[in-house]
Amino acid sequence: MKEFGYQRVHDVSGAVAVLGADPDARFLGGGTNLVDLMKTGVERPARLVDVRELPLDRIEPTRDGGLSVGATVTNSDLAVHPEVRRRYPALTQAVLAGASGQLRNMATVGGNLLQRTRCGYFADVTKPCNKRVPGSGCPAVEGEHHNHAILGVSEHCVATHPSDMAVALTAFDAVVSYETADGPGELPLADFYLPVGDTPHLETALPAGALITGVTLPPAPVAARSRYRKVRERASYAFAIGSIAAALDVRDGLVREVRLAFGAVASRPWRARTAEGVLTGAPADTVTFAAAADAELAAAKPLPHNAYKVTLMRNLVVAVLTELAEETAR
Amino acid sequence: MTAPTAHRSSVGTAHTRVEGRDKVTGAARYAGEIPFAELAHGWLVLSTIACGRIRSVHTAAVLAMPGVLTVLHHENAPRVDSGHVGVLGVPPDPTAVLFQHDRVPHLGWPVALVVAETSEQAREAAEALVVDYEKEPHDIAFPGERPDAHPVDGHVPAVTEKGDLEAELAASAAVVDVEYTTPEEHHNPMEPHAATARWDGGRLDVFDSNQGSTWVADGLVKLFSLDPASVRVRSEHVGGGFGSKGVRAHQVAAVMAATALQRPVRVVMTRRQMFSLAGYRSPTTQRVRLGADADGRLRALEHDCLNLTSTVYDFVEPGAAVARALYDADAHRTANHVVRLDVPTPTWMRAPGEAPGSFALEAALDELAEKAGIDPIELRVRNEPERGPVSGLPFSDHHLPACFREGARRFGWAERDPRPGLRREGRWLLGTGTAAASFPAGAAPSTAAVTAEADGTFTVRIAASDIGTGARTALTLIAADALRTEPERVRVRIGDSDFGPAFLAGGSMGTRTWGWAVMAAAGELRERLVAEAAVPPEGITVRSDTTQAVAALAQKERHAFGAQFAEVAVDVTTGEVRVRRMLGIFAAGRIVNPLTARGQLVGGMTWGISMALHEEAVRDQVTGGHYGADLAGYHVATHADVPHIEADWLDEATDADDPVGIKGIGEIGIVGAAAAIANAVWHATGVRHRQLPIRPDRVLTAGPHA
Amino acid sequence: MAPARSSTHSAITLNINGEKYTLTADHRTTLLDALRERLDLTGTKKGCDQGQCGACTVLLDGRRAVSCLQLAVAAEGREITTIEGMAEGDRLHPVQQAFLDLDGYQCGYCTPGQICSAVAVIEEHAAGWPSAVTDDVHPEAGPPPLTAEEIRERMSGNLCRCGAYVSIVEAVARAAAAETARTTEEAA
Repeated sequence: MKEFGYQRVHDVSGAVAVLGADPDARFLGGGTNLVDLMKTGVERPARLVDVRELPLDRIEPTRDGGLSVGATVTNSDLAVHPEVRRRYPALTQAVLAGASGQLRNMATVGGNLLQRTRCGYFADVTKPCNKRVPGSGCPAVEGEHHNHAILGVSEHCVATHPSDMAVALTAFDAVVSYETADGPGELPLADFYLPVGDTPHLETALPAGALITGVTLPPAPVAARSRYRKVRERASYAFAIGSIAAALDVRDGLVREVRLAFGAVASRPWRARTAEGVLTGAPADTVTFAAAADAELAAAKPLPHNAYKVTLMRNLVVAVLTELAEETAR
Repeated sequence: MTAPTAHRSSVGTAHTRVEGRDKVTGAARYAGEIPFAELAHGWLVLSTIACGRIRSVHTAAVLAMPGVLTVLHHENAPRVDSGHVGVLGVPPDPTAVLFQHDRVPHLGWPVALVVAETSEQAREAAEALVVDYEKEPHDIAFPGERPDAHPVDGHVPAVTEKGDLEAELAASAAVVDVEYTTPEEHHNPMEPHAATARWDGGRLDVFDSNQGSTWVADGLVKLFSLDPASVRVRSEHVGGGFGSKGVRAHQVAAVMAATALQRPVRVVMTRRQMFSLAGYRSPTTQRVRLGADADGRLRALEHDCLNLTSTVYDFVEPGAAVARALYDADAHRTANHVVRLDVPTPTWMRAPGEAPGSFALEAALDELAEKAGIDPIELRVRNEPERGPVSGLPFSDHHLPACFREGARRFGWAERDPRPGLRREGRWLLGTGTAAASFPAGAAPSTAAVTAEADGTFTVRIAASDIGTGARTALTLIAADALRTEPERVRVRIGDSDFGPAFLAGGSMGTRTWGWAVMAAAGELRERLVAEAAVPPEGITVRSDTTQAVAALAQKERHAFGAQFAEVAVDVTTGEVRVRRMLGIFAAGRIVNPLTARGQLVGGMTWGISMALHEEAVRDQVTGGHYGADLAGYHVATHADVPHIEADWLDEATDADDPVGIKGIGEIGIVGAAAAIANAVWHATGVRHRQLPIRPDRVLTAGPHA
Repeated sequence: MAPARSSTHSAITLNINGEKYTLTADHRTTLLDALRERLDLTGTKKGCDQGQCGACTVLLDGRRAVSCLQLAVAAEGREITTIEGMAEGDRLHPVQQAFLDLDGYQCGYCTPGQICSAVAVIEEHAAGWPSAVTDDVHPEAGPPPLTAEEIRERMSGNLCRCGAYVSIVEAVARAAAAETARTTEEAA
C-alpha cells in the first residue's frame, strides 16, 4: 500500500470539488472493499476523501410512496429499517445475506453499489486481468471459473458483480442519484452498470468524479411480497454462486405483476425482463415459471465449469416463485 | 511438608483452562504481540513464477524508500546448513532454508525479505521490489496419468502387502472398486505464523508461534550452526497450528535480519503467504478395492493413495495407511505413491493420512455394505481384526464395536431404513451415515522438571506447547494428581526451549508424552518430599527424562477408536448440503479434562464438516499459483455450517502395561467424519459423491438418483 | 516520528475504552495495526487482515466492525471498544464469563473477536434486528427468538479454525439469556 493523503469532508459540494481536482483520489466510505483492494495493490489512490460524515445517512419516505436512501446509510441500517422491511422485504433479506454483521455495520449503500468483483484473478496483481489491466487477458476463461458469469459475458471478462443488495434494488427499479462539479444527476440502476464488451475495466455509467448521494426506490406494492434467496458454498459469510430477488402478485391464478433479478451470474445484477415478460398475465404455475426461466437463460453462455448455474437459476426461479405464489394463495 | 491426606483426583473432572482468563480478556500475548524497543518489521517477498531462476533482485530503488533498513536475498543472505536432520528425523523444509540459491521450485517461493522501521513501510517496499526471473515451463498437473509416481516411505512405510489380491477379489461375492479424490487443503490456523528474533547478551532470543519450542530451537541451532545453549525459543500462547507450525520461513527470516541489523526484527506471514509458506495437505487420488464373502467378511482389501509433493522434498500423505489398523483381509495391500510437481511442499495436517484415507476407505465400506445388503455397522463389526492386520501385533485394546453399539443406540440407528432417497422435509432430502475412526496412540521421549516451592506450591516446567488443545490445563491436572495436591497449587510453565527437550504438539502425542514426563518427575518429587523435613527457599526440583521408559513400552497396536454418525439435509435443486447433527463416540483411553477433551473431539468433527463440504485450494494451471488464496476463496466451515455436535467417550480401562493410559484426542475427531457425511449424502439422495468437497455444483450436476 | 510528510501522516486522537490516545498515524495504518503496533493493545487479533475472518472485531460507536479494514485516521472521533474494555475491573463481562465457563474457545486467537461480536449480537437482537435466517422480516412479525440457528447466522462473520463453534454458541446463548433475565428484572 503506497502512502496517500487523507481528507474528511462534511458537505457534498466540498467532496465533489476535492475529488474533481485529483484524478488519483478516491472516495472512502466504509472502506470494506477499498481498503482491502489497497492492501492487495489493486487500488493505489494518492488521496482518500472520507465521505462517511456527509449528511447522507437518512432513509426517508418519498412523496409518491417510495423510499429515499442516503448513500452513507450503512448496510445494517438499510436492512433493519422498518419501512424497508415492510415495503421491500427482499431488500432486507438481500442485505442480510451479504457479508457479515461487522461488514454490514461498516459498508455503505453507495460503496456497496461500487464494490468490485471478487474474481480471484482480479484480486491477485501477479496475474493477468482485463478488468484491472486492460488488454492483459482473462485467465478465467481457460482457468478457474466455476463461480463466474453466464449472462452478458464477453471473451474479455466473465467476472460477476458480488453485491446482494444491488440485486434486490435492481428488481425494484431503484434510481441512483449522484453529484458532480457540474451539478446533480440520476441513473436508473438498470443503466448504472455498463455492458462488459471489450471494456470490462469500465464498470459504471457514473460521470468521472461523481459522488453517489443516494438511491431512490419507487413505490412498488408488489414488493411487499418479495423474497431473496441466495445459494453459496458455505451457509453464511460467503459470496453467492447464484441468487434471486423476486416479487410476485397473483390474481385469479394469473401473474398480475412480477419482479425478477439474478445475482452472481453476470457482471451486474441481472434484471430478468425476458422472464418477467413470459410470466406477466400467464398462469402462476411451475410450468410457466420454468418456461420463463428457460426464456431468460436461453441467452446464457456458460463455460465448461459453470454450466450448472443455468440449472441452478432455473431451479431457483421455480422454487422462489412457487413459494411466493403459495403465499399469495393463502 | 505434609501431603494432604484425602486427595480427590483432578484428572477426569472438568476444569476450565488455567489461562482462560487471559484469553477472554485479550491479555494473553501471542508471538507477534511482545513489545520491543527498536523493533524492525520484515516482509517476505515471494516468487511470481512457478519454475525457473532468479536473474536479478533490484534492491537499489527499494533501499531508497522511506524507512527501509535492508533487503536480504540469495546474493547477500548468510549461508546456512541445510544438510542436517531435525528432531523429527527429517531434513528442514526447503522453504525455510531461505535465500541460498537462485532456483525457484514453485510459485510463492521466498526470494527476499525487506526490513523497515514500520510494517506499513516494509509492506510497501516489499510490494515495490522488482525481481527478474528466467522462467521455465512448470508442471502442476494432478491427478491424471502419472507414470512418474513412486512409492515413498513417510512416517509410515509406503507399501504393505500380503495374500493374492486378484484371486481373493475373484472369489468374492461382493466387490467394490472405486476411486475417490480429495483436494489440496490448508491448515489456516487463525494466528498467522509470526516470529520476533533478537540477539540479547550473546543469546538468540526468539518469540515464535510454533508447535514445539525445542523443535524450532533445534532447527535454528542447526541451520545457523549455533551453540545449542545460545538459542532460546519461547511460545507461550499459540493461535492454532494443526501441523503447520514448525521450522518455517518466518523464523529463519527474522533471525537472519536480526543478525544483520543487530536489532529485534519481527516477521509475520500474511494470510495469502501462508498458502505458499506454511505447508498444506496434498490432494489425493485414491483407489479402493474391496471384496467380501456373502456374510460380509473381507477377503480382499486394497487401498492405493496417490499424492503430490514438491520437486525439492518428498513428503507423503499416507492415506492408504488407515487400513493397516482398521480392517484385516486375506489379501491386504496398502500403498502410498507420490508425484513430484512444481508446487510447495505439503506437510502434516491434522490426521495426516488418516483424514483423506478414512474418507475413501470408510465410504468404500459403505458402498460394500450397500452391495452386500448388510448394515454398515454390522459389516464393520464382522470385520473387527484380532491382531494388527499388517503388524500381527496384539491390540492394547480395541473398542470399536463398543463405540458403534453405544453410538447406534444414541443416534437412533436401529430405526434407519437403509434405502436411499426416501426421506423428505420441504425442499430437503434427509439421510444418515456412519463411519469408523482410528488413530495411533504414540508416545515420544520428553523431559520435564517439577519444583516444590517453599510456599507449598509447585512449578512444572516443560517445553510443551498448547496450541489450543488444553495441554497446559491437562498437565496441571496430571501434575496435581501425581503430587496429590489441588490444581490451584500447581503452576505449569510451557513453551520455552530453555526447559529442555520435549516432543512437539503433534501426532496426538502431546498430552500422553508430556504427561508421562510430568508424572515421572512429580512422582519422584512426591517421594522426595516425604523424606525431606522442609522445602528450602530455592525449592526442590526433580527432573525426568522418559527416553528409556518410552523405549521399554511393549510393542502393541495402540490406537484410539471411534464411531462417527451424521445426519444431513440435501436440496438437490440448489446443491446445498447442510449437516443437521453429528455424534461421535470414542474410546480414547483416560480422558484428562472432559471439558477441553470434548472441545478437541468436536473440533475434529467440525473439521470433518469443513473437509466434506467446504475446503478446497484451487491451483491455476497457467500460472501454477493459487486462485483465491485467502479466507474468502478458501472456505472453512463457519458458525452457520456447524450444527449441534455431540461427542462422548467410553470409559476405557487402561492397558495394564501402559503407565499413562492417555491416548491422543486431537486428531481422531476428523477421522471418518467426512465419510460419515458423504455416506449420509448418499442415503439422502442415492448418489455417491466420491470427490471432496461435496460442492453445490457437484450435487446439482449429479442430481437425485433416478 | 514527526509528521514531516504531513500529507501522508496525521496527528490523531483515538478514544479507546474511554481513554484518549494521541499518536501520529501513517494514513495507511489500520485501526488494527494502530492498536497492536502503536498502542500496545494487542488483545485485538489479526487473522487475515482482509475482513474475511472477524478476529479483529471491535465496537465502533457501539457497533461491531472489523478493525483491519478501518483506517486509524478515519476512526478519529469515534468511540472504540476493544476486548480490553469489556471487563469492569476484575469482573468479567457476562459474555467473557460464559466463554470461560463453557470453554468457548481453544487456541484463543479468534476469541476476542468472537466475544466483541457476541456482545454486539446480543444488543442487535435486543434492538429487534432480523437476520438472514429470520423467517419473516416484516416489522410486524416482531423480533425473532434468539435460537441457536439465529446465533450461528449472526456469529458467522467470526471464523474459529479450532472448531469451537458448538461451545461458542452455547456461551452466547447463556450470556444472552442472562442479559434477558437482567433486563426483565430491571423492568419489573
